[in-house]
Amino acid sequence: MSRATREAYRDTLLSLLERHPELMCLDSDTGLFNAEHAAAAGDQYLNIGIAEHNLMGMAAGMAACGRIPFVNTMAAFATSRALEAIKIDIAYNRLPVRIMATHGGLAAGHLGPTHQALEDLAVMRALPGMTVVVPADAAATEAFVEQSVHLAGPLYVRLGRKPTPALPAAPAPVIGQAQTLRQGGDVVLASCGPYPVLACLAAADVLAAQGIEATVLNLHTLRPFDTETLVAAARPASLVVTLEEHWRSGGLGGAVAEALAEAAPTRVLRLGMPDQFVNEVGNQEHLVTHYDLTAERVVKTVRTALDTAAGPGRGEREDRSAAGVPVLT
Amino acid sequence: MTVTTALERDTLATAAARIRSHVVDMCAGPEGGHLGGAFSCADVLAALYFSVLNVDPQRPDDPDRDRFLLSKGHAAVGLYATLAERGFFPVEELAGYGRPGSRLMGHPVRAVPGVELPTGSLGHGLALGCGFALAARYAGSAARSFVLLGDGELQEGSVWEAAIAAASLRLDRLVAVVDRNGLQLTGATDGIAPMEPLADRWRSFGWAVRDVDGHDPNQLAEHLNAAPWEPGKPSVLIARTVKGQGLPFLAGRSASHYVTLSARNHARAVRALRTTEVAG
Repeated sequence: MSRATREAYRDTLLSLLERHPELMCLDSDTGLFNAEHAAAAGDQYLNIGIAEHNLMGMAAGMAACGRIPFVNTMAAFATSRALEAIKIDIAYNRLPVRIMATHGGLAAGHLGPTHQALEDLAVMRALPGMTVVVPADAAATEAFVEQSVHLAGPLYVRLGRKPTPALPAAPAPVIGQAQTLRQGGDVVLASCGPYPVLACLAAADVLAAQGIEATVLNLHTLRPFDTETLVAAARPASLVVTLEEHWRSGGLGGAVAEALAEAAPTRVLRLGMPDQFVNEVGNQEHLVTHYDLTAERVVKTVRTALDTAAGPGRGEREDRSAAGVPVLT
Repeated sequence: MTVTTALERDTLATAAARIRSHVVDMCAGPEGGHLGGAFSCADVLAALYFSVLNVDPQRPDDPDRDRFLLSKGHAAVGLYATLAERGFFPVEELAGYGRPGSRLMGHPVRAVPGVELPTGSLGHGLALGCGFALAARYAGSAARSFVLLGDGELQEGSVWEAAIAAASLRLDRLVAVVDRNGLQLTGATDGIAPMEPLADRWRSFGWAVRDVDGHDPNQLAEHLNAAPWEPGKPSVLIARTVKGQGLPFLAGRSASHYVTLSARNHARAVRALRTTEVAG
């Protein structure tokens, strides 16, 4: 069943407000809460207007006085426009503000680069004490929002916009614990977010039919990072491929490469958005396909890398563009 | 309005003088400090901590306390001097300012007793103050929140985001003070970005405004004690001040912004303050 992660967040929060009077919802006119939702939340909901720095600052001030504010804005505005307030007022003070960032990755679709966030995970992951999660579906969103009530320190949650498909049955999502969605000893496919995780699962099916067994990890928590699960999965494998709706620097692929470089050096190929602003018009699914964040790309990347590793003459020449390496033309 | 006793009048002037004296000593340390902006708001700080704020150094975490934020965080030396004089930590600790091993950084940090939240990057304090005031309202507390802004700081757009929010949320337990010393790092504030008529600007944002002499701590205390001045409106006190007030060789000069006093100038400053005190 498809459901928007941002709506799952909203509905979960509404159910929590009554039981937890210390929770607040501060909105910046995102429209996520309509008049009925706002009425249901009562005085625990406030639309403070289109002012993201002020949103983060007020939330920090309230958190310093014992409240737990959930703030609603878009990922693009949270992590670039209001970054200084997040860094100094929230992260520096380790305050329990929950930054609920909608329109993450390419979810803004045709709204364009002003509304897309392809750097948010890198930016949030750099801040000491910040927990960074990317739920892959509505069920995970519900779980993370419920768990966040008792989480120490600040939290960044990357949400989507339109309905995205539910993941197949998976271990219960817990903040900080990677989910192993499939076991296999040859390669590791690691991703986060709705479309990349589904693409990795589909790629694993195709690879299995070709005799290549893949472990599929949903690394939904980028910070604190579950290095242990990643390393355990990577040890028997000869290759780790990451896929994300994010520029290739500093996001999930960066986190995986950093962790493995120190704990268990393994070849890592990072698939993500090319190093450019989006210039294609279309919805999220169209853009994901257009920029080739797909199962086919994952399969091709794995096959090319394994064939190349098998030795000269036996495999194809590595497709550098498929591996996301810039090609000079 | 609170009746100010003769004792309190002396107390506030004395407190302001002691704050300036500590600032001069700190600015003679190896790192120097933002002397000019600390001096311009010394009388405001004295009024707040020795007459207005409901704070108890023995219970700095009292949930019902009034909260103060030095949004112009570069005046940290003034705040540290004030907190020490008010008993939040020993006055002797001020000698460590800016030195390794001390907790007294160049901008206020939460490790220092009495500092609510760190400040330093301009334009953050008023939004935080809105959060304090809103939280107090939800808690049913009568506590007030005070935010001291620099006048150069008013060039930051985030100040006005918060000014809009405070008025629309009718945060009348929120009080801002603008240290209107007219100078910023490189020159006259109004030469860089004209802000007058400043009172009208705030009024047009929905605030109750008073425009006063920023170097009369008793008058400052009376105004601040009386806030909110208009029910349902946040209050802003525009304190007309002089940067470096109290040191003839630095007063009114943007060179006072950041000062590392040589031994000679430190002695000169100490003498000047003594003269001012006697004259006052």
